[in-house]
Amino acid sequence: MRQEWRGFKTGHWVNDVNVRSFIQNNYTAYDGDASFLAGPTAATEKLWNEVQKLQKEERAKGGVLDMETKVVSGITAYDAAYITADSKDEEKVVGLQTDKPLKRAFMPYGGIKMAEQACTTYGYTPDPELHKIFTEYHKTHNQGVFDAYTPEMMKARHNKILTGLPDTYGRGRIVGDYRRVALYGIDFLIQEKQNDFANTGDGTMTDDVVRQREEISDQIRALRQMKEMAQSYGYDISVPAKNAREAVQWLYFGYLAAIKTQNGAAMSVGRVSTFLDIYITRDLNEGTLTEQEAQELIDHFVMKLRMVKFARIPSYNQLFSGDPVWATLEVAGMGQDGRSMVTKNDFRFLHTLENMGPAPEPNLTVLYTKRLPENFKKYAAKISVTTSSIQYENDDVMRPVWGDDYSICCCVSATQTGKEMQFFGARANLAKCLLYAINGGIDEKTKQQVGPEYRPITSEYLDYDEVIEKYDRMMDWLAGIYVNVLNLIQYMHDKYYYEAAEMALIDTDVRRTFATGIAGFSHVVDSLSAIKYAKVKTIRDEDGLVTDYEIEGDFPRYGNDDDRADDIAVKLLKTFLTKIKKHHTYRNSEPTTSILTITSNVVYGKATGSMPDGRKAGAPLSPGANPSYGAEKSGLLASLNSVAKLPYEYALDGISNTQTINPAALGHNEAEETDTLVRVLDGYFAKGAHHLNVNVFGVEKLKDAMEHPEKPEYANFTIRVSGYAVKFIDLTREQQLDVISRTEHKAL
Amino acid sequence: MAEAIRGAIHSIETFGSVDGPGTRYVIFLKGCYMRCRYCHNPDTWDLHSDDMRTADEILDHAERYREYWGPDGGITVSGGDPLVQIDFVIDLFEKAHKRGISTCLDTSAQPFTRKEPFFSKFNRLIKVTDTVLFDIKEIDDEKHKKLTGWTNKNILDCARYLSEQGVDLWIRHVLVPGLTDSDEELIATKQFIDTLHTVKKVEILPYHSLGAYKYEKLGIPYTLKDVNPPTEEQVAHAKALLGI
Repeated sequence: MRQEWRGFKTGHWVNDVNVRSFIQNNYTAYDGDASFLAGPTAATEKLWNEVQKLQKEERAKGGVLDMETKVVSGITAYDAAYITADSKDEEKVVGLQTDKPLKRAFMPYGGIKMAEQACTTYGYTPDPELHKIFTEYHKTHNQGVFDAYTPEMMKARHNKILTGLPDTYGRGRIVGDYRRVALYGIDFLIQEKQNDFANTGDGTMTDDVVRQREEISDQIRALRQMKEMAQSYGYDISVPAKNAREAVQWLYFGYLAAIKTQNGAAMSVGRVSTFLDIYITRDLNEGTLTEQEAQELIDHFVMKLRMVKFARIPSYNQLFSGDPVWATLEVAGMGQDGRSMVTKNDFRFLHTLENMGPAPEPNLTVLYTKRLPENFKKYAAKISVTTSSIQYENDDVMRPVWGDDYSICCCVSATQTGKEMQFFGARANLAKCLLYAINGGIDEKTKQQVGPEYRPITSEYLDYDEVIEKYDRMMDWLAGIYVNVLNLIQYMHDKYYYEAAEMALIDTDVRRTFATGIAGFSHVVDSLSAIKYAKVKTIRDEDGLVTDYEIEGDFPRYGNDDDRADDIAVKLLKTFLTKIKKHHTYRNSEPTTSILTITSNVVYGKATGSMPDGRKAGAPLSPGANPSYGAEKSGLLASLNSVAKLPYEYALDGISNTQTINPAALGHNEAEETDTLVRVLDGYFAKGAHHLNVNVFGVEKLKDAMEHPEKPEYANFTIRVSGYAVKFIDLTREQQLDVISRTEHKAL
Repeated sequence: MAEAIRGAIHSIETFGSVDGPGTRYVIFLKGCYMRCRYCHNPDTWDLHSDDMRTADEILDHAERYREYWGPDGGITVSGGDPLVQIDFVIDLFEKAHKRGISTCLDTSAQPFTRKEPFFSKFNRLIKVTDTVLFDIKEIDDEKHKKLTGWTNKNILDCARYLSEQGVDLWIRHVLVPGLTDSDEELIATKQFIDTLHTVKKVEILPYHSLGAYKYEKLGIPYTLKDVNPPTEEQVAHAKALLGI
């Protein structure tokens, strides 16, 4: 066995790339409490102060500290760089995206126009030569997509019934198995890819074979560049990591290669905690590392993840505000054999929020089940109560589908680490689709004929059966055009903006999922419920178009654990996914869907007319699978029960739910608050729910932070939004007001 | 079979975290004879309700939240004062125990008496009651009368009786500055609590004025307009005197 693997228990992982086998054979489960944790070292405090200074400067400059205008980003585009000129030795984990901390790279392959606009928005002028190269000599993803769109697709896009499409930005959501760099070293990975290359096709050059051969070559090139990049920092990653510090460093170099080449909407890190714990435990046992040093390693790694930046355009920031990168990183979960996978390192990752204060990135995600060790559950809940910076996902519903080595590849979407990639496809606005069904395919805002010219509803009062029939047909149309728009986008992304670095760390024989999404979910459910259980009168404008509704009488709303409304919700989800699945999906990928809107619910809402549930035109849609604003009349648990009824099997891409709980509703002191939160999580996930973002603060704090963003206590005030976390003061005022207006659950 | 008793319901809270052990499903019943000046639920005084439910209806609904309760949680009946509807609460708690659900009674015990027929009913009730959240509004009888309109003699008797019967007690005291916070009465309250044997917890509930708007709505004069909630220091001082 290789010397770097000394002391490890062997298994399939020795001969094949199989990180799961390595983990299962070697991790040490921990069910103790948090008392072993160490505070920040002097180096951590110094470096984090430097980074915070830069972050402050960045905010003062309008959100961008510095931007590249000449160099096209790539794995080896820059020489080694550090947080400060003399911090090289203090940084236990090194490597920056560009030549300066927080400086944003120039990434034109997704679209040159966007790359340029990102610069000019913040007062930078990109080199004209770059414009010439990426318009005259080299095509980009964005141009490819628009070269192929049909007029109908353009219209659907323009009218925002399809929205947030990754045709102007990188699709992201591909998690390389960065652990492989540490465990095997680059040379072995190259060798394996070369084997795959030699065995791709039988000589008959079908499209698939040609494409795969080209892709493997790109992957091998990326692997070689990773070595070169590491070399510039003085490390040889051609061989496996031989200790914990190298393991963290090697792994980070793999991730760094990804974020130097892709500015995807989500650039997740994956399930690395338990893996790294194996190295740390070995070093601790060998006496070459102390707990303080182990924590320092994790703190410095997390610090780097907090520094990931991408150049974004204003329209992107409106969709996904707060400058997120979704450096999602998981802790906890259970193994297939029933052992808890919680290690001391899971505590260490959560502890970074204490050592360096709350922060939105990395997007720390607890893979939750009631069976996790009580000590860990309590610690995680305590971190939620004090920082509102973590999210929870139900390991018990994901494990049966994805096994015990999945990662979360964005906000809430599971993906088998190193075995799978995802075609991210934004979302279809099902709320708008309902309005199209009522108005015969005419957009209620632009008055264009966008959908098919089906017969509109002409009656004064809406009839449930008639609406359902028309909605079903309109959804057929929407599902068809949606899948096909995505097929086209994914084709072009593969062609012009292929994720070679990430895919180099994923099996060649990769499973692909095709992730669609739903926006406006709760409003459709409540609208249908209103039509069914109350009387909904249409209000028409001078052209006879229905632009508003009057509701007479009461009706059950989604979010109250009332089956009358919740059954409509379940049916809506099933209907939509069934329609999606009818269509051919690119590269034989497996279609899934999500109920997840991120912060784009505000923008989507602006483009959506009044709804039969009483929501007025332009008002924000409720985010993700959350019940509508003000609909929840029966308290937190009733609301959670409604969301928990949505079957995960029908939304394998995730069902996002965000709840803000007043501390007073959880208990009189931190111990009570923590215990209550654990019970909420236990119950919610035992019900089969998928995801929960937990915020613990009162609305007064939000209001004060909105009015006084300059107060020092709000500099790092982090809140969970749909699927990720943001610094509250980085949100637009509109989004701040939206967050404030959402239901806060408090005690009577 | 006789028709099941129906309770007059004020409201339901599915997520009670400070209403007894664990997380609890809280049923607020209508009806209370006390007229505490600081009461934040004056809309529960009147016994009338349009929402009448049977024990099984309530328990079926409560069980939707069982997964959230943890090992200690269950249902809590609050009010109003649930002892006003004692027949219904007996039925509810007996059925809850049959279903293996823990029961908690939140009362100020004003209806308590050792006279029949109440006393037998009360004995039946405490057989199926796991914890009583027991309000001591005011230890001094004269002050108690001014505060609530009633004597506290039977109330303190009830506390002693529950202690004798081995029923777990959480004692609660609402702290109203200038009204229920003098050192003298707090010390006396502590002395009384010390005579009880089954006290699991003593809690101070700081007065708040969030219920004031309800008085206006109901057309009842609110007599504590000028009283502010206690400061953190006042609460800490009271806690110290109560030994918590």
